Amino acid sequence: MTDSRKHDQANGAVETSLDSGNILSVSGLTKHFPVRGGIFLGQTGVVHAVDDVSFSIKKGETLGLVGESGCGKTTLGRCVMGLYPPTAGKVFLHGKNMALENSRQMKSMRLQMQMIFQDPFESLNARHTVGEILREKYIIHGKKRVGTDQEIKTLLERVGLSGDDIHRFPHEFSGGQRQRIGIARAISLNPRVVICDEPVSALDVSVQSQILNLMVTLQREMGLTYLFISHDLAVVKHVSDRIAVMYLGKIVEFTTARALYKHPYHPYTRALLSAIPLPDPLARKQRIILKGEVPSPETPPPGCRFHTRCPHVMDICSTKEPKLKPLKVQGSPHLTACHLYF
Amino acid sequence: MVNNRVCCSPETGAVFPLLQVDGLVTAFDTEKGCVNAVDGASFSMAPGTTLGIVGESGCGKSVTALSIMGLLPRPSGRIVSGHIVFDGKDLPTLSPKEMQAIRGRRMSMIFQEPMTALNPVQRIGSQINEIYAIHFPGMTKKQRTRGAVTMLSQVGIAEPSMVMNNYPHQLSGGMRQRVMIAMALASSPDILIADEPTTALDVTVQAQILELIKELQGKMGMSVMLITHDLGVIAENCDDAVVMYGGRVVERAGVKDLFKNPFHPYTKGLISSIPGLAEKPKSLLPTIKGRVPSLDKMPLGCRFSNRCPHVMDICHTTPPPETLVGVSRGHFASCYLPGESRD
Ligand SMILES: Nc1ncnc2c1ncn2[C@@H]1O[C@H](COP(=O)(O)OP(=O)(O)O)[C@@H](O)[C@H]1O
Ligand SMILES: Nc1ncnc2c1ncn2[C@@H]1O[C@H](COP(=O)(O)OP(=O)(O)O)[C@@H](O)[C@H]1O
Ligand code: SF4
Ligand SMILES: [Mg+2]
Ligand SMILES: [Mg+2]
Repeated sequence: MTDSRKHDQANGAVETSLDSGNILSVSGLTKHFPVRGGIFLGQTGVVHAVDDVSFSIKKGETLGLVGESGCGKTTLGRCVMGLYPPTAGKVFLHGKNMALENSRQMKSMRLQMQMIFQDPFESLNARHTVGEILREKYIIHGKKRVGTDQEIKTLLERVGLSGDDIHRFPHEFSGGQRQRIGIARAISLNPRVVICDEPVSALDVSVQSQILNLMVTLQREMGLTYLFISHDLAVVKHVSDRIAVMYLGKIVEFTTARALYKHPYHPYTRALLSAIPLPDPLARKQRIILKGEVPSPETPPPGCRFHTRCPHVMDICSTKEPKLKPLKVQGSPHLTACHLYF
Repeated sequence: MVNNRVCCSPETGAVFPLLQVDGLVTAFDTEKGCVNAVDGASFSMAPGTTLGIVGESGCGKSVTALSIMGLLPRPSGRIVSGHIVFDGKDLPTLSPKEMQAIRGRRMSMIFQEPMTALNPVQRIGSQINEIYAIHFPGMTKKQRTRGAVTMLSQVGIAEPSMVMNNYPHQLSGGMRQRVMIAMALASSPDILIADEPTTALDVTVQAQILELIKELQGKMGMSVMLITHDLGVIAENCDDAVVMYGGRVVERAGVKDLFKNPFHPYTKGLISSIPGLAEKPKSLLPTIKGRVPSLDKMPLGCRFSNRCPHVMDICHTTPPPETLVGVSRGHFASCYLPGESRD
């Protein structure tokens, strides 16, 4: 893929990183994983985990990223965090290209981005007390001063735990409480951007709502910007200002939460919406049952990656890739990548 | 394959329940002593209908299902009291041999993770074959193979002969779930118990599988017990529902009634804490305070009492009877709050 093409697509997709209101911008982000096999473990293929994704997030905004498992959400989040080097594309924080900053500047910039994971237990060191985990956090990031007990207790109370929990170990907590510890760890250094990767997916509904409320409240209080990743469109819709729908490594639709729910355009978004079971037996909805399952990202279908399952597939769909383009609609920008509309 | 179900009284035409669970108590021996994982569960299933069992993790849904199927882990788990009446027989009183004749033949079960039910080192075809061999010893090998192919195509597998030769790990999650459904339904059971059958699947595949179960239910006339933590799945797929909390049935009703007119504070809390699609983004959701206590720390009276916004003195001391409140016909709640009507 040439650079100029990527650039075009990035521009078509979103306001560029120059827009001062944006705190985080991603342009043409691509991540391919080599697949190794055979006797000599040579490279036999490539997983197109994320392909040419661009978006930007305004300060204080929540951008929801939704799609089914394997569509590249976690990979995208990790590339943005700098945990994976991208195959191509750039990440801008405050308009600065993260890859071009020298390592000291980058270190301090990285501190402004933190991550919350699906399974807080996996990301917490089981042998350390909560106090040690949160204190350790201060040290890892080279902050001169170690968090004081009082600071840590205040932090725990802020996320709805008790100050006394400072002496307990992660296994003594329930899933929801562990997620609170994960959140405490993410906000301990006053970040600007928090990347939340399926933060409530492992939780029961009654606990899920508690954690979602906590995240919304912290966002308001601290002016946080969220990249909120989840496979659950109802949850994403609830917390997001804008939503990007991903399918097999690509954004297929991108608009405000409201518009996405009221007027979904892409056939995949429509199917995804119709597949959410609604807790209302009297709700009448159009049910779209897709054929088959998501194809392997090792061999994404040519043309539109969704064409093998699309109920509206046309000849052009299997040969020409639809670009993510703005629809001519009233109101907020609404982008979709589908030949039906262009 | 013919089902002989005697469910209707010839004189009155009244429908008897196909399965009736009455006051089920199931206990486990644990390091912390003996705990009742199910502590009073009663409900019934009418023929050809779908009964949903809903509640958050650990509330006793799977243990209820395993109790019915006679599949409790031994020796730690046992049914302490209660009746499970199927086809005029009280299942807990049957001998292992009698139970074997029912399990897998007249009642089948599918699980969240098909790999737990499938043999990883045996080809799919031979696994289905085995089921026919066990339940229909009279069938010839050829009939069994034909049956397996038919069953696989019935569950929407496009190339059954090819899949017959596959091992489970060669299939996708959705395909494995289809194979498990094919195996469960091979014996044309009267009851299919589906324990979180779509929880591990993506939402578009979940929609396919639920649709498939519905379609096969229509074709084969079986009853389905659908166990899920997802109230949306209940609302869209069930006729009746049972809400469990802390091992007890706290509310049961027809599904429309349950969602229109929930009575138990737990049911109400659960329904309102689901993020809806229509509401304003970033609004705060109603929540249920606290969390489910572990079995050895359950409150003495109503098990929901430490989280209930309406808790009264009596709630702390005495468990409310399962059907204390008759909300309307067939709609009961286990709660001390005054009901609008009792019958
Ligand atoms: N470290 C890795 N090495 C190789 N392949 C990977 C790696 N991480 C993810 N993948 C693959 O990339 C694709 C996208 O994965 P992921 O980003 O985890 O998706 P999601 O989070 O949307 O479920 C999947 O096919 C996955 O198997
Ligand atoms: N084999 C077992 N030994 C001890 N306790 C068990 C066992 N199986 C389940 N339990 C306990 O019984 C309760 C109900 O579990 P289960 O029926 O699996 O819940 P769910 O509603 O999530 O299916 C839980 O507290 C669980 O820890
Ligand atoms: S481009 Fe074609 S295949 Fe892709 S979503 Fe649109 S209509 Fe369907
Ligand atoms: Mg992921
Ligand atoms: Mg279970």
